[in-house]
Amino acid sequence: MTWSEMQPLLEQACWDTLYMVGWSTLIAVVGGLPLGILLVLTDRGGLLQNLAANKVIGQVVNIARSLPFIILMVALMGFTRSITGTTIGREAAIVPLAIGAIPFFARLVETAVREVDHGLVEAVQSMGGNTWTIVRKVLVPESLPSLISSTTTTIVALIGYSAMAGTVGAGGLGDIAIRYGYQRFETQLMWITVAILAVVISVIQFAGDYAARSLHRRGAHSGPAPKLRLLKAAS
Amino acid sequence: MQLCPGTPTPAHSTVTETHVITTTDLTKVYRSRGREVTALDGVDLHVREGEVYGVIGQSGAGKSSLIRCVNLLERPTSGTVTVAGEDLTALAGRGPRAGRELRQARSRIGMVFQHFNLLSSRTVQDNVELPLEILGKSGKERSRKALELLDLVGLADKAGAYPAQLSGGQKQRVGIARALAGDPKVLLSDEATSALDPETTRSILALLRDLNRQLGLTVLLITHEMDVVKSVCDSAALMDNGRIVESGTVSELLATPGSELAAALFPLGGEASGEDRTVVDVTFQGESATQPVISQLARTYNIDISILGAAIDTVGGLQVGRMRIELPGRYEDNVVPIGFLREHGLQIDVVGAAEQTAALVKESAE
Ligand SMILES: Nc1ncnc2c1ncn2[C@@H]1O[C@H](COP(=O)(O)OP(=O)(O)OP(=O)(O)O)[C@@H](O)[C@H]1O
Ligand SMILES: [Mg+2]
Repeated sequence: MTWSEMQPLLEQACWDTLYMVGWSTLIAVVGGLPLGILLVLTDRGGLLQNLAANKVIGQVVNIARSLPFIILMVALMGFTRSITGTTIGREAAIVPLAIGAIPFFARLVETAVREVDHGLVEAVQSMGGNTWTIVRKVLVPESLPSLISSTTTTIVALIGYSAMAGTVGAGGLGDIAIRYGYQRFETQLMWITVAILAVVISVIQFAGDYAARSLHRRGAHSGPAPKLRLLKAAS
Repeated sequence: MQLCPGTPTPAHSTVTETHVITTTDLTKVYRSRGREVTALDGVDLHVREGEVYGVIGQSGAGKSSLIRCVNLLERPTSGTVTVAGEDLTALAGRGPRAGRELRQARSRIGMVFQHFNLLSSRTVQDNVELPLEILGKSGKERSRKALELLDLVGLADKAGAYPAQLSGGQKQRVGIARALAGDPKVLLSDEATSALDPETTRSILALLRDLNRQLGLTVLLITHEMDVVKSVCDSAALMDNGRIVESGTVSELLATPGSELAAALFPLGGEASGEDRTVVDVTFQGESATQPVISQLARTYNIDISILGAAIDTVGGLQVGRMRIELPGRYEDNVVPIGFLREHGLQIDVVGAAEQTAALVKESAE
């Protein structure tokens, strides 16, 4: 296979992967953020303490998380078809990807939000703030660096899942690696795929860490200059 | 509008007889995993308008529980809390959720915390604006008010800084500015200076004092340091094991025979030099401090008086003198000279006397 044959294939695959990962990340964040916050608020001593609800949400999240993605994907086929009209292709892959990532992200959000100093919550209560104010003005902004790290972790995990989805006809880089690299022994193409994945994941991880750290250090005394940190992380 | 912290404030006080904070028979019992802890055990607190009221006590005495019950961050198990004429305990709000009326009442009570509790994600100015956002003020009004308050606490130049860039004392100033944003009549302070060094503590206390004087702000502060009470409080209460064991204005306390708070506010050393000696603590306030009573005593009864220790200090803005003297003979032999001192308006505490004798002193005082 020549480069001119490979190039369009790889280009399409990259776009498919980004498309699947992008949408499923968005849905995971939109769904997982409130779920994670709710897990904290409904817990014992929480602002909306409701142990029954907490148990139920916690169980659902745990079960969804412990299910291997490939099984979740197969199990959700009927559901996927009812939403997208098909079980094949990148749109169809978004459904199990997003559903798998919501509980994953929710647990990370829960951990991040729990880290917020309770004194800040009390301070806002003493000003007359209600629970919604506390969520918007304290819990989310104060845990933002951790939330960004959690999002990075979720994106990286979703890239992995999307490759699995590729094996059942979702397209993307995983699909290329399987179809050409494994089934047709196009080793070169497979290695290029691996290299692309490695680069993409590194870039996302690096950008996420950088964003989280610069937010976290906000206002702290002169830390090492961003340039220096960039070099250090790259080396 | 800038207040210079540390400068002497006018001695006049704006204290009125109206009670702004009243708690009646307040109890708080924490239940966790079957164990019960009684943190407050029938606390009656009366804080007058315009005064700085200090509550002091050992760790675990229930001080924090008390102050947190005042704005109902902690719901009392029983009893009532009235702030500025409003019975807060009657305002709805089940469990940890506070109803609308209670939240509105809270917004009129400022609170400062030991660990400042500033949002690290916001600048100093945005931290001060937070209570105003909650009150639904417009952006323009918020920034005007925030800058004015930062100026008041001497941090006008730090508006754009983040809390992580400030020293502890500066953070507490931001905390105070934030607490004042809702124009409260009452400021609650839970160990606001406990995380600060002595110098910074003094400047923060001076700021609280100035705010109290200039804005007529009533301050209820919790502390475990006697120096805090000594330097800023008009009144004080001593808490032990969930109860208030002594309370009153500083001069009332100093005039109370056997008052633990008074003794702690104004410690004196010196032991009796022999068996048949009577050691007496004499407290002078105001007028009596200017009269040569001790030399009159020596002359009138022809006795030798040794002075074991003496000090003059300012407590709560009052000049107070205290002296520990030794008279020859047992207590029974000195009833007449001690009576003489009392007649001259001095407060007398017989030191180290048995319980019985103390009771005797009280009786004879009445
Ligand atoms: N949330 C809680 N749950 C259970 N027990 C509590 C709780 N808060 C306080 N207590 C208990 O109530 C008692 C009084 O505590 P409180 O914090 O009011 O004391 P304090 O006088 O403020 O002490 P310190 O000077 O150490 O701050 C203590 O025995 C404490 O263990
Ligand atoms: Mg405390």
